[in-house]
Amino acid sequence: TGLRRLASTTDPHPRVCVIGGGPAGFYTAQHLLKSHPAVQVDIYERLPIPFGLVRFGVAPDHPEVKNVINTFTQTAQHKRCSFYGNVRVGKDVSVKELQQAYHAVVLSYGAEGNRRLGIPGEDLTGVYPAKDFVGWYNGLPSNKDLKPDLSSETAVILGQGNVALDVARILLSPLDILKKTDITQSSLDALAASKVRRVLIVGRRGPLQVACTIKELREMVNLPGTRPDMEAREFQGIAEALKDLPRPRKRLTELMIKTAQQNPAAEGAAPRQWGFRFLRSPVEVLPTSDLRKAAGIRLAINQLEGSGEHARAVATGEVEDIECGMVINSIGYRSLPIDPAVPFDPHRAIIPNMMGRVPQAAGLYCSGWVKRGPTGVIATTMTDSFDTARSLIQDMETGALEISAVKPGSQAIAPLLLKRGVRPVSFSAWEKIDAEEMKRGKSVGKPREKLLDVEEMLKAAHS
Amino acid sequence: SCYARALRSENKVTVHFVNRDGEKLTVKGNPGDSLLDVIIDQNLDFDGFGACEGTLACSTCHLIFEEEVYKQLGPITDEEMDMLDLAYGLTETSRLGCQVCLTKALEGMTARVPDSVSDMRQSDIGTTTSSSS
Ligand SMILES: Cc1cc2nc3c(=O)[nH]c(=O)nc-3n(C[C@H](O)[C@H](O)[C@H](O)COP(=O)(O)OP(=O)(O)OC[C@H]3O[C@@H](n4cnc5c(N)ncnc54)[C@H](O)[C@@H]3O)c2cc1C
Ligand code: FES
Repeated sequence: TGLRRLASTTDPHPRVCVIGGGPAGFYTAQHLLKSHPAVQVDIYERLPIPFGLVRFGVAPDHPEVKNVINTFTQTAQHKRCSFYGNVRVGKDVSVKELQQAYHAVVLSYGAEGNRRLGIPGEDLTGVYPAKDFVGWYNGLPSNKDLKPDLSSETAVILGQGNVALDVARILLSPLDILKKTDITQSSLDALAASKVRRVLIVGRRGPLQVACTIKELREMVNLPGTRPDMEAREFQGIAEALKDLPRPRKRLTELMIKTAQQNPAAEGAAPRQWGFRFLRSPVEVLPTSDLRKAAGIRLAINQLEGSGEHARAVATGEVEDIECGMVINSIGYRSLPIDPAVPFDPHRAIIPNMMGRVPQAAGLYCSGWVKRGPTGVIATTMTDSFDTARSLIQDMETGALEISAVKPGSQAIAPLLLKRGVRPVSFSAWEKIDAEEMKRGKSVGKPREKLLDVEEMLKAAHS
Repeated sequence: SCYARALRSENKVTVHFVNRDGEKLTVKGNPGDSLLDVIIDQNLDFDGFGACEGTLACSTCHLIFEEEVYKQLGPITDEEMDMLDLAYGLTETSRLGCQVCLTKALEGMTARVPDSVSDMRQSDIGTTTSSSS
């Protein structure tokens, strides 16, 4: 597909603007560049730094996952691709302005919000959205001053997806493992002083509905210096349900059952513990007597109605309190609208679309988490970004996307940004930041020491 | 990823790949190389293939084999199975290309690159942040 000549094109360069320099933005750009011999793709990114959640989400002890950066770098260095970091679309430049300058605009700006629990006590000290906690250990500028309270023995994580397991792993990992990663030095110091010894990972439904994947679970099982703390009774009757499950769910469940059975609570050797707790929904974060911070969490006990992926959790009316000084809300990320000109479905928190095309908005497309919702691994995001690129190319071919008029592309945007005092960071300027970070990392035996401050990033970029 | 490339100089092994458009591509690879190595060395352009560069951290190097060939591919580790479980269109004879080594015995084998069209039914288990489970 793709390489067909486009006879109807009069402008030799269809110009496409991609908003967001994460996996969705880069994979969309990659596929467009490959499928069309003349398309020019410009990527606008809010931060001076590219790669989105590959840098600010993926756990520091998963360096292999970050290998995708090499492919993104090749895309950014493609002669028909440009990267403009430090440009906040919706603030520094509007989507409308971009639409005037480009034939098509692809929204790939991810999911920068988080879903709130909506319970009393949610804003107490000691309660953190997983997104902020992850941003803190990964050096996201807006989270650098989070200073999470790590002074209590038990932490409760609400949600049982991979992000929850990332957080649990970071809280419990031996420092010797973490200090060889690109985790920020300040979080490493804080974790070194952490008193957290026990992490409970709480889900509203049962073992057959957990949202994590088996790789992340196996990492927990194999984490040095820790032992599982599961409740065997929570797995009663689960083994019988196994045989009819698809392989991924079956293997995941088998590993959980095995882990619960070997439950070495009595073995005592490992100082740190982690475990799942099922059929529990948060009701209230309980404060300390001075009402200043979290002291525990009240959970409603549920039962399941129905079975399988679609089973519903229904409250039984009973509750249970767990003492804990730290609560991490990991029930999910959430996309936010960035510009009133772009349709947004507030209920599903995505941009409404059909195969990446935004209906009733010619020339607007979307890909990644803002298209699909905040689930799925990078490979999922890759597939859906390729799909969006395919739709866009198809629209060029059929004429559904008007590309005959000559468009100025970045030539029209650069002066606007200049006038507004915004200085974009090019990809080669990012490479200066990159070099500086690797230099700082080298001196302390880490692959990189991230710059945490936008000003500092800009200074390195324009040095 | 595979054992040393000392066997290099030996006769190459012919392998066929069927790409997503159903086209058959025939190349030669060195015994000891992984199928991902072969695909990269031969510049085979399977979109998005091998995203983590053979480090067992994605599932984009998913390949599907004929049953007879599958049986000869050597043992599969739990870690490979774990990543495979995230692959689109997983079959009984699926493997990850970065974990399969070429041997002389595989001469003439065929591997199919599965269609990557999003399958929404998969997204439940591919979930990363949701957890409201
Ligand atoms: C904590 C965590 C850990 C993860 N770990 C893994 C893992 O180990 N393996 C794996 O395969 N997947 C993992 N994932 C999933 C993976 O990160 C996502 O699938 C992928 O990043 C989604 O890509 P995206 O481009 O849609 O969003 P993002 O990666 O969020 O990229 C969006 C980009 O848009 C930018 N942006 C936002 N607003 C604007 C604006 N107004 N103007 C301009 N730019 C803007 C952002 O700064 C960001 O760079 C993880 C996700 C999380 C949250
Ligand atoms: S290339 Fe990523 S698992 Fe094989």
